[in-house]
Amino acid sequence: MTPPVLEIREVERRFWVSGGAFKATRALSAVAGVSLAVRRGEVLGLVGESGCGKTTLARMMLGLLQPTSGTILFGGEPIEKLDRAGLARRVQPVFQDPYSSLNPRKSIGSIIGLPLRVHGLGTRSEWRPRIEEMMDRVGLARRFYRSYPSQLSGGQRQRVAIARALIMRPEVVICDEPTSALDVSVQSQILNLLQDLQRDFNLTYVVISHNLAVVEHLATRVAVMYLGRIVEENETTALFRTPRHPYTQALLASVLTPEPGLGVPDTHLGIAFPNPLEPPSGCPFHPRCPHAIPLCAAQAPERHRFDGAIAECHLYDDIGQNSGKPMI
Amino acid sequence: MSVESFIGIGDRLQPSAAAILRRRVFGHTTFVFGAGTLAFILLVALNASWLAPHDPYAQNLAQRLIPPIWNADGSWTHVLGTDQLGRDYLSRVIYGTRISLLIGTAAMTMSGLIGTTLGVLAGYFGGRIDLAINFIITTRLAMPIILVALAVAALAGSSLENVILVLGLLLWDRFAVVTRSVTLHVRGLDYVAAAQAVGCSSLRVLASEILPNILNAIIVVATLEMANAILLEAALSFLGVGVPSPLPSWGLMIAEGKEYMFFTPWVITIPGVALFTLVLAINLLGDGVRDLTAPENRN
Amino acid sequence: MTALLAVEELHVEIPLALGTLRPVRGVSFEVERGKTLSIVGESGCGKSLTSLAIMNLLPRGARRTATRLGFGGSDLLGLDEREMADLRGNEIAMIFQEPMTSLNPAFTIGNQLEEALLRHRKVARGEARARAVYLLEKVGITAAPERLRQYPHQLSGGLRQRVMIAMALMCGPKLIIADEPTTALDVTIQAQILHLLAALRREFEMGVILITHDLGVVAHIADRVAVMYAGEIVESGSVEEIFARPLHPYTQGLMRCIPVPGKSRRGEHLGSIPGMVPSLIGALRGCAFSNRCSHAFERCAVESVALGEIAPGRAYRCLLSAEACARNALEAAAQ
Repeated sequence: MTPPVLEIREVERRFWVSGGAFKATRALSAVAGVSLAVRRGEVLGLVGESGCGKTTLARMMLGLLQPTSGTILFGGEPIEKLDRAGLARRVQPVFQDPYSSLNPRKSIGSIIGLPLRVHGLGTRSEWRPRIEEMMDRVGLARRFYRSYPSQLSGGQRQRVAIARALIMRPEVVICDEPTSALDVSVQSQILNLLQDLQRDFNLTYVVISHNLAVVEHLATRVAVMYLGRIVEENETTALFRTPRHPYTQALLASVLTPEPGLGVPDTHLGIAFPNPLEPPSGCPFHPRCPHAIPLCAAQAPERHRFDGAIAECHLYDDIGQNSGKPMI
Repeated sequence: MSVESFIGIGDRLQPSAAAILRRRVFGHTTFVFGAGTLAFILLVALNASWLAPHDPYAQNLAQRLIPPIWNADGSWTHVLGTDQLGRDYLSRVIYGTRISLLIGTAAMTMSGLIGTTLGVLAGYFGGRIDLAINFIITTRLAMPIILVALAVAALAGSSLENVILVLGLLLWDRFAVVTRSVTLHVRGLDYVAAAQAVGCSSLRVLASEILPNILNAIIVVATLEMANAILLEAALSFLGVGVPSPLPSWGLMIAEGKEYMFFTPWVITIPGVALFTLVLAINLLGDGVRDLTAPENRN
Repeated sequence: MTALLAVEELHVEIPLALGTLRPVRGVSFEVERGKTLSIVGESGCGKSLTSLAIMNLLPRGARRTATRLGFGGSDLLGLDEREMADLRGNEIAMIFQEPMTSLNPAFTIGNQLEEALLRHRKVARGEARARAVYLLEKVGITAAPERLRQYPHQLSGGLRQRVMIAMALMCGPKLIIADEPTTALDVTIQAQILHLLAALRREFEMGVILITHDLGVVAHIADRVAVMYAGEIVESGSVEEIFARPLHPYTQGLMRCIPVPGKSRRGEHLGSIPGMVPSLIGALRGCAFSNRCSHAFERCAVESVALGEIAPGRAYRCLLSAEACARNALEAAAQ
């Protein structure tokens, strides 16, 4: 069996934060033991709220940050063995903010063509036609070749970012909140574009988003992160239909669908927001969990595996008895 | 909330970026005044040999301290009068532009190169490099420029080259501090991360992504430091440790004329006005550049 | 019931080098006591400027005109800056999107809350503090007396927004204008804040204008909806009417753009609205949406369209008849 195109094994990333003038530095575990495997052609959705570590994880997947422990593998090869060029050909990013992801001093053609120049792909005369072809693919008019980012709208800039990411035909594209900064009508255009490109180029996506509706639309599998850990992972339809982890349930309950008359949901989460510098003992979610039992504060839950799914919760400790059905 | 965010980006009414820039540049009075005056002074410096009516070094003791043209005893032979050695003042002022501009530009360039390199490295790499460079900056800030110049003059004599060296090697601190802070800001932007993800080497990221975007900050500091260098040279020459006599440095002219200040005030007011005009022009130019480039860079 | 706030023909103009920008072009609406009106639209539609125009907080260089800006009994147009300043924070309160920049990081929460009251009422500081504690507890913040001594940076985003809401309530306003109050917050916190706003509005009998681009938020908290596009209101009605039977092609387009969990099918395209918003500089000819509308015909590009009322409180701005609009919606949904 071919190795997964992207695999993350027990990756941890700690930051050292000064405690102030008279206290020692403390460790902030932004990512606290994450394991994932993404197969070719899959779209993995990574959801979680601020402080859950998804952006840190994305940077590690792009090679911009080194894990403090654990490994990241591309097609079975550890990331340390890949040189800068090799890694760049495998994985590329699309960032959230179209206003800061493009160098304001460079023309559109120069921005999209940067990967070609850096890696010396093809001859000089081949660059412009390749760039223009890419612009066609992402729906950018060719006349923008010499324009500057300040002359383009948010949606157009995001298309430039996508063109830059895809011009080298990478295997994996990490989309970090690709549409959160865009208007609704532009968002749908970009989402459609991402879908089409994924099909046409047989790409593998990791889509990071806090917008569950977007994730449900794009992703084949979803992983839910909380305080640096993956608390649940499942195939998309299954996760949305029958979420196992209480946090996933709260997240899904918070989604406001455009259907009036339902009233605002009460997620029962309480307002105790976790401080990543002082994570709760045992299960990191227990202070806010409506189903917490004394064991949750004492001991961290194991990673329970079900049929193609994962949930880290004490409610599923007796797997044999309940055959992995969602408890709540 | 900027007004620009409400303009629909319809292609119809959008003039080209160049046209917008032109309109802004020439509509900006401080910039135009500063740039114009500086350009004029530069032209004078370049054409000094044609413009100066006399040799600035030619002494004529019979013609000492002739007042300028607006005084009753003045004459058109010496429009700005003569100094205590009979040298034509207008010619000395004209040749003085060369010294000021030369020192200003050379010191600014040298300190700019040193300071920008240090600041960019500190801002981009952070960590220990940042700590080391911060220590160097602090050390430099503890050194008083005038005293160092005095020491250098005592050891190596005073000369134009020494002045340039002292100023160039000591005026880089503001460059370093400013470029460090702008680099820190730019480093956190997504397009730098994207360039790194594309596989650019650090050098390429610095040259291609970071430097062009901190350029306007550098230019503003450069104009400030140029003005600073010119004033410092005048001060050093006034103290006798700058440019040596008989070079027509404006500061030196003020120093040599201070004994005659009460009877023949023009010997110090004329070079004083010249200095003031040049420094003002440079500062206005810097202000203008800052205003013109700032909103664009507020990404 | 007389409206709490009545806005008639509000215009905002900003003279620029390129021409006169008109980001708000003839907006009229009413807000009733105890009800929430949501103004929905995308960036650049003029919704934020509308609220700033009402409060007379427009950026320098912008001019507002209106036939009427009635609040309570008075006309806001006739008030000078001092009288407006007395109203702001007192009878009309605003809540903004970014709680970090709306709270002064140099002062404690308690200080800022008390100042909000003391600015408008001559009461003892102890009384102001008591009200601050009362409101902090009302917005669901535990250990309120200790919180008063904290600084904004010590609180999370959700807590800060709750403090903002408490601050808005300190003087017992009749009207709250909330501009994207939950956009910068996490999804789970967003639900809580909206829950809170709805409860407070009921309890204190306030009118609320909720400005947002998020139709999900609108569906759950609004009583009435006004959809804005290119500086105009293109459709208005009760929240049930707007969602059940959207008439204006822009409203219909917006609804189709949104992925809804369980409803949209993966692998298929989301609806989209092609093209871009037209430039609002200078006079606009015809319907502002005509360049993006799939049902546009020749008259749309030349004739200006008025907001037509088809039933009390239900209006839309389109040359097509209501039946034709409804038919278009059904056809699009069937595809």
